[in-house]
Amino acid sequence: MTAAAPSKLVSMRQAIAEHVPSGSSVLMGAELEQMIPFSAGHEIIRQGRRNLTLVGPISDILFDQMIGAGCVSRVMAAWVGNASAGVGYCFRRAVEHAIPTAIETVDYTNFTLAMALHAAALGVPFLPTYAALGSDLIKSNANLSEFASPVSDDRLIAVRALRPDVAIVPVQRADAFGNSHLWGNLGVAIDGARASRKVIVVAEEIVSPDVISSDPNRTLIPGFLVAAVVHEPWGSHPSPVQGYHGRDHAFFAKYHEESRKQEDFERWLKHWILDVPSRTEYMAKLGNSRIADLRVREHAFTAPADFGF
Amino acid sequence: MVAAAAREIRDGELVFVGMRLPMIAFALAKRTHAPGATGLFENGIIRETPASTLLYTMGDPPNLFKATFCGDMISVMSLLQQGRVNVGFLGAAEVDRFGNLNTTWGRRNGQPVRLPGSGGASDIACLAQRTVVILAHDPQRLLARVGHITSPGNGSGAGWRRAQGLPERSGPSAIITTMGVLRFGEDGEAFLTSIHPGIRVEEVLGNTGWPLRVADDLTVTPEPSESELVAIREIDPSHFWTKT
Repeated sequence: MTAAAPSKLVSMRQAIAEHVPSGSSVLMGAELEQMIPFSAGHEIIRQGRRNLTLVGPISDILFDQMIGAGCVSRVMAAWVGNASAGVGYCFRRAVEHAIPTAIETVDYTNFTLAMALHAAALGVPFLPTYAALGSDLIKSNANLSEFASPVSDDRLIAVRALRPDVAIVPVQRADAFGNSHLWGNLGVAIDGARASRKVIVVAEEIVSPDVISSDPNRTLIPGFLVAAVVHEPWGSHPSPVQGYHGRDHAFFAKYHEESRKQEDFERWLKHWILDVPSRTEYMAKLGNSRIADLRVREHAFTAPADFGF
Repeated sequence: MVAAAAREIRDGELVFVGMRLPMIAFALAKRTHAPGATGLFENGIIRETPASTLLYTMGDPPNLFKATFCGDMISVMSLLQQGRVNVGFLGAAEVDRFGNLNTTWGRRNGQPVRLPGSGGASDIACLAQRTVVILAHDPQRLLARVGHITSPGNGSGAGWRRAQGLPERSGPSAIITTMGVLRFGEDGEAFLTSIHPGIRVEEVLGNTGWPLRVADDLTVTPEPSESELVAIREIDPSHFWTKT
């Protein structure tokens, strides 16, 4: 990296305004139940985006909220719901009754969605797998097709490469150029970042490039793939960020109750998203005692690794 | 039910752990008869020790703390596809007589109901050596045929899995319900092998959506032992997952 490299630090508002237009396909929830980019999703809702294609393995309640807010026309996912409480009511209303809008679902399994992103990350048109053979998913998802192996007697599923327009990936720390350290369960984050045309990184902390290069094994997204870096602590709440804060289980349970009916969901949407200009006001609404309860109680630092020579 | 499910895990096995009750079953097995079992989680975690506190999701911070491995989904799913995983655990909305699972499209009062979908369940059902399903015993859940196969069991009977191209060493092994344990015959169909204490066979048959066959050597599921009960209380002290 040269000293002249431009900083990519922008506000969440700028990042979404510039990189997530209506009609985009957006990968979110790549780290599964950890580090879901809720603040980015909320900003997309506030900016009134429409006809988005949401891509992600297990999105927990973020996809449900964006569907309920009318931003979405298509979902390419393995699972849409509320991981600790059950179904996603907005998802159900949209699929079953076109409320607030009709959505198309392209159903994957976790592995086949991971393979679709891996294929795009590898730069090949498809990858083979035994997963999904015999499942009715292959009848409805045109991106999963059976074929005969050219090198053996096997039948396999060809998973078509999937290249989202933009991946929004929360990380623990990044430098201003987008070089990012992340740790914990990674889900499809690494492939997702490489597969996508653009990457928005949402960082708990901004650090100097020296911190990043002190531990290059932990640099899972190189900065040249990154279009924008947003410094937004707690941007993943109510999902957890290892080493920063826990999962707000009560928030998920309460959302489940408050999204059961459309009119209740609209009240929830107004309270937690539309009436909240940015994450700062969201955190104020959450309140200090709740924030204190979710903070890491006991840090557990890794053993240092020696990169000396 | 959870104790019976945990007993499906043998010591030293590689176990693919699904969401919800399977997480409790794995934690229980680790604390009792299978301390050498290794847990694989689709989000990219491999654990040799059970998490120290209750998990609401597999991505909860206690499941990452002191894990053996944290990586990406393909690094754990690839072990499944290689055929290395001994047993996979799944919950489900519906299961049928051939062990096929539906978690995509249900029905309520005759109307289609959209369910969350496969997650990693279909991958586990396709690729684990043995698949164990845990669900409440209810005629709306144990059906003659599921309307949609999200996760394949034995399809329409013997030979179906191989005809689909699924690995030879794979398929449904047991259905653990709130009333008993079902296993699969040579013809690929589930039959009742064990009833839980206090449950009558007629109750099981009356709550199953097909004419369920009963094993000649039907047994009563052993009561949870004191150490199993202690472990369940430790794992889930507020009964968040183990309500029944």
